[in-house]
Formats: sequence, structure tokens, C-alpha cells
Amino acid sequence: MKFFNFHLMPYQHVDLDAIARNGSAWVTLSNSHYDPEKGAELYHDYLDQMEFADQLGFDGVCLNEHHQTAYGMMPIPGVLAGALARSVKRAKIAILGRALPLVNNPLNIAEEYAMLDNLTRGRVIAGFVRGIGAEYHSAGINPAYSQERFAEAHDVIVQAWTQPGPFAYAGKHYQFRYVNPWPRPYQTPHPPIWIPSQGSASTIRWAAQTRYTYCQTLSPIASVAKFFQLYRDEADKAGYAASPDQLAWSNTIYVGETDRKALREARPHLEALVNQLLKMPTEMLLPPGYTDTASMKRVRAAKVTVSGKPQTIEELVAAGVVIVGGPETVRERLAEYQDLAGFNTSLTKTQFGTLPNEMTRANMTAIAEEILPAFRERVPQRTSRAAAE
Amino acid sequence: MADHTTSTIALRGCRIRLMRGGTGSPLLVLHGASGAQWLPFMQKLSETFDVIAPEYPGFGESDTPDWLDTVHDLAYFHLDLMQELKLDDVHLVGLSLGGWIAAELAVRSTARLASLTLAGAAGIALPGVEQMDPFLRTDEQRLRDFFHDQSKADDIVARALRPELEDISLKNRTTVARLTWQPRGHDPHLIKWLHRIDVPTLLIWGDHDRMFPKALGRAYQQHIPGAKLVVVPECGHVPQIEKPDVFVAELEAFLGARRKAA
Repeated sequence: MKFFNFHLMPYQHVDLDAIARNGSAWVTLSNSHYDPEKGAELYHDYLDQMEFADQLGFDGVCLNEHHQTAYGMMPIPGVLAGALARSVKRAKIAILGRALPLVNNPLNIAEEYAMLDNLTRGRVIAGFVRGIGAEYHSAGINPAYSQERFAEAHDVIVQAWTQPGPFAYAGKHYQFRYVNPWPRPYQTPHPPIWIPSQGSASTIRWAAQTRYTYCQTLSPIASVAKFFQLYRDEADKAGYAASPDQLAWSNTIYVGETDRKALREARPHLEALVNQLLKMPTEMLLPPGYTDTASMKRVRAAKVTVSGKPQTIEELVAAGVVIVGGPETVRERLAEYQDLAGFNTSLTKTQFGTLPNEMTRANMTAIAEEILPAFRERVPQRTSRAAAE
Repeated sequence: MADHTTSTIALRGCRIRLMRGGTGSPLLVLHGASGAQWLPFMQKLSETFDVIAPEYPGFGESDTPDWLDTVHDLAYFHLDLMQELKLDDVHLVGLSLGGWIAAELAVRSTARLASLTLAGAAGIALPGVEQMDPFLRTDEQRLRDFFHDQSKADDIVARALRPELEDISLKNRTTVARLTWQPRGHDPHLIKWLHRIDVPTLLIWGDHDRMFPKALGRAYQQHIPGAKLVVVPECGHVPQIEKPDVFVAELEAFLGARRKAA
């Protein structure tokens, strides 16, 4: 299994009471709560952590994109990927991902990834996402066009990478008289494309058909197993057998000396992530048109994690959303989950919520020393349709 | 309210529900973002007018055609609808989102119009004029935002939030997002062409409209030649529901005066 150090880069000094009063850390939480001096410190701590991950032997580091939120300080992830391109010497650099529909010029994304791919001599992984619902509030992009814009932006980016320019592109949402970006990507035909999603059936089907690596975001492991099985089924329908390398699980791992100590240490920081930084009202999470009516009704009925009642670390551990414990427990859980769901990449948040720098680095060291070696050569065992159901 | 009929008509490959009641000059009502209903003010107007109330594309039981992207599409659709129904000398009444559609329609052609009435109309935004963001409100909050007198909202909330209406409500919300999300509830180019509206125009606004405040009504008045603005006291965004008697009286006075002048 491959391990990526996935950072959300939260603004961890945020006033959690202010989030509670506002009802969310997203869109409407005033940026007067952001202190640039503290933010600058965090950026450097976080970039140091990414470089540390490279030194510790992680296979890659992951950035992502969110806007107008204390949840993550990466509205323009390419800035940070650029900062890491020369200091992360060996590991892959994945941006999971750029939110294609939010931009009015997707060729800028083709250019950005191509630049990074050249700078790293081909160590870039290009993630494509739609952006979560809140982003449509903050970006002023119509959620009802999200899927159409994603499809067109994807097409023009891949064409820009694979067809000699210049050529013209005329879509409904994007039109270009000249598509001819310089530089071209370093990798051939282009950087690997990874597709993170919350588990939309249509996205999973499309990723399987295009053979893009599918990344499952924050979910209970039982759901992850179902989504990955759906991917394998769709790959079968498309006429090939999906490899476990095409499936990546986005998780959080915290390794302490013992299970009890690990839970105690991680608790406030993990609960701040899920109960404060991630929380938002349904209207913000799911603007009309962002997803189809059936999915919308399902979420409204379920009152999912992000808008529902507070969750405890015990609940998150029991559901297999996160893995927290002593080294032996973490190894057992991860092996069990790898076999259950059949993935071969772990996108692991080693920093989460308000977890301070020193604790994060200790966690990264523990994962590198106690977990990585046991999984280096490990592949999913016995993953079957029955196991996933 | 059995005094109207409901039919389905097909136009441009799109089936829509059409409510119609009364006899007299045609009075075409374009509903707001909450969807189409035969409301008491329409019943009252049907005593003197041929009230025609389409549930336009993207809403309720009507189809959502592939061509539906912007308010402009609905302006052209209703021009086609008037032609299809062979309506002339139409009194066009647009409510909220329907008011924006009506204004865009009238800017394009008043050939089939006798008059234009806009109530709490969307379509214009002004710097410094604060507006509620309906997309960050719950279903109940959004309905309550319509009203100045909250006691009048209770009944509407109870009727609108029934679970069996969830599918239609989500469909309507999706269409409203498609039409109004960005730019939010307006078209920056509309105001440039309002001077083209050359039929008598009445603007009715609630004094306490928090969705599309009366300052927007004043802007419509400034740009539509000869337009008359009536501000209804103690009233929110939906004068036709919150103050139906005042709404009907103002509309009838305006249309009656127009008839006498003609």
C-alpha cells in the first residue's frame, strides 16, 4: 500500500465559539477572525510537515482546494505545491483536487498542473473535483451548472494536454479561439488524474470508465467498501478488471503509545475538525441543482455528519471513519479495512483539526516507523463482492 | 376554488400546466419562485378578467426543457405563449421572479401587452441595497421572509412544508437556482433597456420587502416611462398574498383608470 500525507491546512487558531455562533466555519464566518501572523506561522509549519513526510518515506503529499473557510487555508493549492516542488525531493505531489467548475478559464488549471509537472519532473498527480456546495456560495458559480461545467472543463484540459495546439474549443460554458498552452505536461500523456468524491454513483461510474483513480472522502469504512465495489463493478462492465491501485481511501490516522492515550490525545483535535470546522447547514452544503433530487432528498433525510449532531471520537473510530490507537491496533484496523474495501492507497491526514505541530510530527514519525513498514508490500487480501456487501 | 380550469398545453416541446378562470380582457399572471397556485387574489380578479396563470417551464408539474437556462428564455417562452393562445391587449402581472420575467418580456416586445404590473419584482440590484440571500435560508425561513406580519406566514408554512410536496419544492428550487443564482436575482443589463417599455406600468411593493426592497421598485419607476409606484404599508415581499384586498383594489383602479382613459 502507498501512503500519502494529506493536509487540509486548517486555520487551527480559529475561535471555535465564533464558529458555533455563526453556525459554520464556511462562507459567512468573517475573515476578521483570521490573524495573518498566526496564519503565516501555520503555513510554514504545515509546509515543513509536508517536507518531513517526504523525509520519513511517505509516497506522496496531498493538498486540496477550499474557499472562504477556516477549514482549510488553500484556496489556491498550486501556490503551496509550487513551494514544495523543489523541497519535496522524492514524494509525489497530489492536489486533490482543483475544483474545475469554479473557474472561468479551465486552461489556467491545465497550465498550472503542467508547470508543476515540469518543476517536479513528473511527480504531480492532478485531482479534479466539482468543489463542495459551499464553494458555489463563495465563488458565485451557479450550482445548477456544476456538472456541465465539470464535464466541459475536464474535456478541454485533457484535450489541451493531449492534442497539439493551437485548436479551437466551443462549449456551452467555455469557449476558446486558441487552445495552445505552454508548457506541456512532463508526464506522457499527462499527469495521472485522480477523482475524489463523496460517493456519487455517477462520478464513480465515470471514474471507472475513464480508469481514473477514485478517492473516497471522509466516510465510514462500510460505505467506502460499497463505493469501491461499485467502481470494480463498473470497471467490469467497461471490460477490464480494476486494480486496487485505482482506489484510494482518504482517512485520518493517529498513533499513540496505547489505545487509551491515543484516544485521549486525539479527541479535542479530531472533534474540532468534524464538529466545528466541517459543520455547515444543509442549505450551504447542498445548494439547489448541485446534485440530483434523489441524492438531495437522501441527504436531507439523513441529516448527514456535516449538518447533524456532534460526533465523538469513539463514534468515528467505531464507524471506521478514522483509525486511532496504539500501533498494534492501528495496524490491525488498517489491514482489516484494506481487505474489506480493496484499496491500495491511503490518503492519510496526520494533522487534523487543532492538532498542534509537535503532536503532528510525533504522529507522522509513529506512522512512518510503526505502520508504513508493515504495509509497504501489502496488497488487499480476499476482497470480494461478499466482503463489501 | 373551483372557478378555474386546469389544462396542459405543449409549446416548443415543453408541456406546461395552465390555470385559467373568468371572462374579460386577458390578464396573464407570472408566478414567483415558490411556484404556481390559484390564489385568492386571482379568484377575485377573475370576476372581471380572463385570468391566465401558467406554471412555467421548470416548475411543479410542468416540464423542464433542455433549453431552459436563463430568465431570458422564459421571457421569449411567454411571448411565444401569448402568440400560441392568440392573446392580445394582455394585462401582464409579474410577481417576484415572475416580475423579472415580465420586465424582460416587455423590454423585448410590448406588441401584445395592454399594461404591465410588477409586484416585488426581481431583476435589478442596486449598490448599498441589502437583500436577504434566499439560498442560505431554510425552507421555513424563506417563506417567513416573505411576510411582514408573521401570523400570516404560519398558515403558508404549514401548507407549503408538507412532505408530499418535497419533490416539487426541490424541483422548483433547482430551477430558481438555475435562473437566479448568478448574478443573484438580477440581470445587470436589464436596467439599460427598461425605457423601451411603452405600456402603462404599475409597480406594487410591500413597504417592508426584505427580499427585493422597495428601493428596487423606485429604480423600476425611474427607468420605465410613466410608471406608477404604489408602496403598501405593513406589508412584506408578497402584497398579493399578505394584502390581497389592497393589491386587487390598486390593480383594478389602475386598470379601470386606464380603460376610462382609452
